[in-house]
Amino acid sequence: MPGDALAGRLTPAEHDAVRRLDQTWRQEPGFRGWLRSVDHKPIALRFLVTAFVFFLLGGLEAATMRAQLSRPENTLVGPDLYNQIFTMHGTTMMFLFAVPVMTAMGLYFVPLMIGTRNVAFPKLNAYGYWVYLFGGLFLYVSFFLNTGPDTGWFSYVPLAGPEFSPGKRVDVWAQTVTFTEIASLVGAVELIVTIFKNRAPGMTLNRMPLFVWAMLVHAFMILFAMPWIATASQMLAMDRLVATHYFNPAEGGDALLWQHLFWFFGHPEVYIIFVPALGFVSSMVSTFTRRPVFGYPAMVFSMVATAFLGFGLWVHHMFATGLPALSESFFTGSSIMIAIPSGVQIFCWIATIWYGRPRFTVPFLFVLGFVVLFIIGGFTGVMVASVPFDLQVHDTYFVVAHFHYVLIGGAVTPLLGAVYYWFPKITGRMMSERLGRWQFWLFFVGMNVTFFPMHWLGFRGMPRRVYTYLAETGWGGLNLTASAGAALIAISVVLFLINVVRSLRAGAPAGPDPWGGDTLEWATSSPPPPYSFAFLPVVGSREPLWEPGGMTVATGLRTDVREVLVTTLLDAAPDSTHRHPQPTIWPFVAAVGTAVTFITLIFTPWGVVIGFPMLFAAFTGWAWPRGDDHREQLMVDHAS
Amino acid sequence: MIQLPEAGHSALVPAGPQARSVDRLWDGMYGTSIVVFVLVVGFLLYAALRRRPSDGVPIEGQVSRMLTAVVIATGLTIAVLFCFLVLDISVGSALSRTPSGATRIEVTGHQWWWEVKYPGARPGDQVITANEIHLPVGRPVTIELRSEDVIHSFWPPSLTGKRDLIPGKVTTVSFEADRPGVYRGQCAEYCGHQHAKMAFLVVAEPADRFGAWLARQRDTAVTPADTLARRGRDVFVSTTCAMCHAIEGTPAGSHVGPDLTHLMSRHTIAAGTLPNTRGWRAGWVADPQSIKPGTKMPPSDLSAGDLQAVLAYLETLR
Repeated sequence: MPGDALAGRLTPAEHDAVRRLDQTWRQEPGFRGWLRSVDHKPIALRFLVTAFVFFLLGGLEAATMRAQLSRPENTLVGPDLYNQIFTMHGTTMMFLFAVPVMTAMGLYFVPLMIGTRNVAFPKLNAYGYWVYLFGGLFLYVSFFLNTGPDTGWFSYVPLAGPEFSPGKRVDVWAQTVTFTEIASLVGAVELIVTIFKNRAPGMTLNRMPLFVWAMLVHAFMILFAMPWIATASQMLAMDRLVATHYFNPAEGGDALLWQHLFWFFGHPEVYIIFVPALGFVSSMVSTFTRRPVFGYPAMVFSMVATAFLGFGLWVHHMFATGLPALSESFFTGSSIMIAIPSGVQIFCWIATIWYGRPRFTVPFLFVLGFVVLFIIGGFTGVMVASVPFDLQVHDTYFVVAHFHYVLIGGAVTPLLGAVYYWFPKITGRMMSERLGRWQFWLFFVGMNVTFFPMHWLGFRGMPRRVYTYLAETGWGGLNLTASAGAALIAISVVLFLINVVRSLRAGAPAGPDPWGGDTLEWATSSPPPPYSFAFLPVVGSREPLWEPGGMTVATGLRTDVREVLVTTLLDAAPDSTHRHPQPTIWPFVAAVGTAVTFITLIFTPWGVVIGFPMLFAAFTGWAWPRGDDHREQLMVDHAS
Repeated sequence: MIQLPEAGHSALVPAGPQARSVDRLWDGMYGTSIVVFVLVVGFLLYAALRRRPSDGVPIEGQVSRMLTAVVIATGLTIAVLFCFLVLDISVGSALSRTPSGATRIEVTGHQWWWEVKYPGARPGDQVITANEIHLPVGRPVTIELRSEDVIHSFWPPSLTGKRDLIPGKVTTVSFEADRPGVYRGQCAEYCGHQHAKMAFLVVAEPADRFGAWLARQRDTAVTPADTLARRGRDVFVSTTCAMCHAIEGTPAGSHVGPDLTHLMSRHTIAAGTLPNTRGWRAGWVADPQSIKPGTKMPPSDLSAGDLQAVLAYLETLR
């Protein structure tokens, strides 16, 4: 179908324009087209699907751990495999699922919400996806070859150093992290530049949807947090491969240096995952109460404040290392303070719901579930900010309970709601509400049955990362309960998959705007055409689709070449146009070169020498002026 | 023989002032959290489910009411958090004071067991044992923590919170047991393969009994009279056993593994993993890898007769 939601009321001239757009932005068919695509929607969708596949793999790992721990001295998996599994679970969920899935939601919906046709750097975007995919594949291939990392997702030295972890397992971890960092940084740059320079005319910064603000904050946090882990993981790799001694106390290195570097990334990471979820919740709250979220400036300020404070709490992961008490108090203060912006946002949502007219759809149920679960995780978060209390529960199942409430409750629950909410936009079909309700309640109950008892396991002395425990400890009952809860979550996830597959085939057609949303993604057809909008929307308020007069559109962009509008940073006034690339294979080639370099480096420093020419060739091809573009440029010059 | 279920192993069943103050802190925070949780979720559900009057409050009135409500809720949040902060720091500073006149004990972490030293006034007075810490009730102890390999974390929940053992550093933790008893602890920092089976016991006993225990631990092993045990001693000092284990009073003097001079005085073997009974000792010496896969103790290649002799000898190490 040509065009978008406006297609019905087009003049013949406009029909021509839409036909030309269809031709210009056409997706290449087949496998070749799949490899060469530079459109943000299929790439972000791949990102989402890949991230959910990793979510399932991480979930299978969790299920295996819960099966092993369901009774004392169980022998389902031994220590060697268990240690790999819990490391894979953490690494998968943090690096291959949670951050990428959030970035991917941004890469799909930010351009739609700000009314542009693609992300700012389409080739780079494709490169980011391929690097991420190769990193994930590399980790899992290694795992199935019994070379999965086994020192935890945090890989503390000296355990992860060359002396205590010979072999390649930790190298696999360090390089996987490097892959995902590149992908994350690429995603962050895409989001920031797209948000700053490609907003629809009239969408000033203070008219941006809260979702877009959340993604902007998410991207900036990645930009400041990821370089630390990139540095740290490369230092670890060098300690292991070329015998530097950054972390070796025997040679003047320092084991705690790793912890500082890791957590200076690792704590912001939690908020990198959590802040986009705040954006999902704001979108859903406003749509399902049919009123704008109350306190827009407070909401924006809270997200920005969360990002700043998020960088000032890393030491609360290190209270047990015996740092000076005064410095610990500062981190207690900042860790407690970060509860304030979260509180403000929850209060603003409750106020919005109070005077709104809530519709109890499945996404809205997930929003309510999110608030309940996240509050529990928030409370225990304030508790572990206390040094004496933390020293009791640190590295126990209490903390496992805490951060699963925060990450599953605070991020995965809104994400599942967001899938129900935006699935119609992506696929053009609705998901089943009936199955969705079943899924929600199983998930909500399962989540609590699994993780609530873990608080008490922690108090009763059960440390994290143990592959088994003695019957005499008395931990069997609570562990069995937790494992039963995990089974409920597993059933809920299966229902979700069934719902997705069935709705893809037989879901009710959605139409452009099934929920009556207020943001621009609902102004185009579902699924959106490759150029997203036939006519660029012009924005006059924060809720462009709820404006009484309907939408206005801008014309003037060329339809015969891939052109997007560049607007000014603050006011989104039209500034210039930007020519976008045709489909190209070079991002894929460059990613292959990157993967070859990183993987070879594990075995020999000659990896640099082998990889450099490949990457040089790939990036040369990437930047090579295309003949077609050139000719078009001349035609323009001639015409003008 | 003390059964493990009797051993205190819970932060919520404190047996000393340090753990008790954290337990009280938890009670306060837990109570506050329940109240706040009920309030917030109550407001949320009421906001979502309340019956909406058809005439409704005009928009202007709604905004000012929402603003008031959010400001009050935020103010209350800040007040509660500030109370938490004051409480945290006051409890924390009380706990971080190092007591004077404390008994000093040195604990060194190894993959995957605990070496325990009681320094003496004279060189011969030093006591070395493993996986079991005795201390006097009602007197503060300060434990100096070191690591021989990777990072471990010392944690007897009934007595005190954690302190990491970090290679290249010395950390300390001070606490006191005010009820006699046996308390269990377990390594709390992931330290590799057998992190799960790196436990220890803390035996808190009246000062006189502690003194007597310490005096006995200073004794060296005597050569057994029994011929089987004597053969066991010869096997022990002449085979791989002596390459890792020390028995004071014999040529075996290596401290790679636990000191066995007073093995029979301990409740457990294999770092709190097995009860210290003849059957488990036999199983452990013969095939430690099937009990604790990856442990640094290699399987023994002793003949059945030699094994029996070594076991008989170990039983004399009281």
